[in-house]
Amino acid sequence: MARASYLVAGFFFALISCCQSSAQVTSERIENTAQEPQNWLTYSGDYSGHRYSELKQINTDNVKNLVARWVYQTGALGKFETTPLVVDGILYGTGQDNRVFALDARTGRPIWQYQYIYPSDIRPCCGRVNRGVAILGDKVFFGTLDAHLIALDAKTGNVVWNVATTDYRDGYSFTLAPLAVKNLIVVGISGGEYGIRGFIDAYDPNTGQRKWRFNTTPGPGEQGHETWAGDSWKIGGAAAWITGVFDKETNQLFWPTGNPAPSNRRVQREGDNLFSNCLLALDVDTGKLNWYFQYTKHDEHDWDSTQVPVMIDLDGKKLIAHANRNGFFYLIDRSKAKLILAKPYAKTTWSVSKDEEGRPLATKDSSPTLEGNMVCPGAAGATNWMSPTFDPQTRLFYVNAREQCDIFSTAPQENEPGHAYYGSAYFPAADAEPYWGALRAIDPLTGEKQWEFKHVTPSWSGVLSTAGGLVFTGDSEGNLIALDAKAGKPLWHFQMGGAVIAAPMTFAVDGKQYVAIGAGSALFSFALP
Amino acid sequence: MKVRTVGFLWLLLVPLIVPAQESNPFANDPKAIAAGESQFRANCAFCHGLGARGGGRGPDLTRAQKRHGKTDAELFRTIDDGIPGTAMPQNGTTGQGVGMTDAEIWQVISYIRSVEKKAAAPHAGDATRGDKLFHGAAGCSTCHMVQGKGGRLGPELTNIVSARSFDALVESVRYPSKRLATGLIENTKEFPQEYETVSVTTADGKQYTGVALNEDNFSVQLMDMQQQIHLLDKTSLKSFRKSRESLMPAYDEKTLSPQDLNDLLAYLFQVSEK
Repeated sequence: MARASYLVAGFFFALISCCQSSAQVTSERIENTAQEPQNWLTYSGDYSGHRYSELKQINTDNVKNLVARWVYQTGALGKFETTPLVVDGILYGTGQDNRVFALDARTGRPIWQYQYIYPSDIRPCCGRVNRGVAILGDKVFFGTLDAHLIALDAKTGNVVWNVATTDYRDGYSFTLAPLAVKNLIVVGISGGEYGIRGFIDAYDPNTGQRKWRFNTTPGPGEQGHETWAGDSWKIGGAAAWITGVFDKETNQLFWPTGNPAPSNRRVQREGDNLFSNCLLALDVDTGKLNWYFQYTKHDEHDWDSTQVPVMIDLDGKKLIAHANRNGFFYLIDRSKAKLILAKPYAKTTWSVSKDEEGRPLATKDSSPTLEGNMVCPGAAGATNWMSPTFDPQTRLFYVNAREQCDIFSTAPQENEPGHAYYGSAYFPAADAEPYWGALRAIDPLTGEKQWEFKHVTPSWSGVLSTAGGLVFTGDSEGNLIALDAKAGKPLWHFQMGGAVIAAPMTFAVDGKQYVAIGAGSALFSFALP
Repeated sequence: MKVRTVGFLWLLLVPLIVPAQESNPFANDPKAIAAGESQFRANCAFCHGLGARGGGRGPDLTRAQKRHGKTDAELFRTIDDGIPGTAMPQNGTTGQGVGMTDAEIWQVISYIRSVEKKAAAPHAGDATRGDKLFHGAAGCSTCHMVQGKGGRLGPELTNIVSARSFDALVESVRYPSKRLATGLIENTKEFPQEYETVSVTTADGKQYTGVALNEDNFSVQLMDMQQQIHLLDKTSLKSFRKSRESLMPAYDEKTLSPQDLNDLLAYLFQVSEK
């Protein structure tokens, strides 16, 4: 009798354990996303930052028939920036106020929801936002507005571990989607509007134990320390608030960094201010710096370089394409750590010459003054954090560009921990041209614009490209738009009733391809009828 | 959502523990005024201009009379909560900055009070004559409504005096195209719609000129000169032309003397006080 019940119990547990492993997301799976295009396993779709999908059920011929399939209302206010992940029919996303949700990706019906309760005295910059989760093994990972990193059980949303990475009261927060790579969860800190010391961290996915930290402002004895006046490195900002990419071949992370603090006041931080506004090549296992490229030395215009660096392999060259907030499109040879070209892709007035490496140099009169000084691009940049895409079929790089100039002025202030430390103010010129934007297709090898689709006002949407010959993007008026990737002709659109401040992604369940995007406070999905 | 709930509970609890602060702890404090100016430049100048003198986007805060800031406590609430339906956002939600602490808001209020002009505003005109001009000879009411009377093609003006500086109002009468008036504000959208001039030819050859009530990449909602609304798909139009040349005529000094303009402003000032 007893023996029989053991047998039953054994059979029962065998049943449970047999099925758990099948849904496990491994780093190998994320490295080989092309093998399972029905899933979207990491923020940019794959480790290269392409935000490109091999799915082609929706294509240039039939996209006109696309219809809304479901809408998920987060019920939260503020900017909705998530890029959801999809694993085997389940969609994982984050809401504006640090909630996490798992949905049936066919119907939008929630499976679980988790609401993080953060302290009432957080003051993150630029909205209470979050851009999504990472997934590895049987857990999903997300960063909070009070700088915690949390692991949730992927099937229930139960908390597995929760670690404070630093003290949020000094202005630290997380807004980015973490990157799951090898046996690590990698995150970069937000808070460049405060006198923080930026960092990129890697954590053990099973325990939450920190494996390494790379400080983006070097301390005494560290490389680059001499590029900060006095103790300014201690509060030098250089946050790292967008998800980087991973190059398996060289075992390196490529991670971009943000503005030095205060954002546009020269006097407190003379020097190049390494590693603000850089592309960092870090050894993924140790966090050690292999090399760096600084896009904007001693930035005075809040031009974070926090755009997803896109790894492109073209004509035998291993490249990184980066449309920077400062208005220049950069092409870098990532095998030689060498700049190949830097070319404006939007109106720029701050640089008319280049240094010996080909890097744009700032003119003297582009520095902000107390009275104010007009510079293009404006403080929001020629682009911002919105994801670009690279389409290997057209070999084009697509980015939402913004045409806006601002008057940059200084607002002198001393740093006080936990208090905003801008040192700056910016506003439109009285006779400013109306702001506008455009989705631009750029040939990455030349930096030349191939086509553009003009937006009525600048768009904060990311861009997705697919093997169906399409690029998808959103606009600030609430449209999701599908365009012909070759010529830029709009083929379909849908009005979602709220501005898009997120990036589109695509997945498939039961053989049906979906496109999903956040707009207003809701996540929308679309498919063919 | 959670934050709002917590905030609501907190409001319930606070009066039981300590009286809500109604007066500025930093009033007239020179240090607070200096700190407040720095905060103002970073958080407020974008719309209210350097020196708080207003601009095309926000009111002149150097005017002693404020629609939403008669007392310091009221000004605090205006800054912290914003004004629904206007471009004045809730503290910390502009998407630009981090928002201000309570102490920083009080500092900004100290600064604003320090730059207020106590002297009478430059509206020493004849409001009765301005009323007649507005609704008669000057033709303003053809397109603008005040207190429910007038046209629809231009912005409603009942409270415009409290929403814009005198300089901005004078500019918009003399040079209406220099900075177009703002129209519809949508919650999640970065910029309000402006009073742009739109001319279209429809597929069946009809031509309309008017102002854009709203526009996106694919559609436009147009009010024509006869104040008829046309809902149009851009792709179905034979022509679509948008211009930043305002439909409002520029009133130079020959058309509208400085005295006439003063009288009009006096009238608008009077109605905004009601």
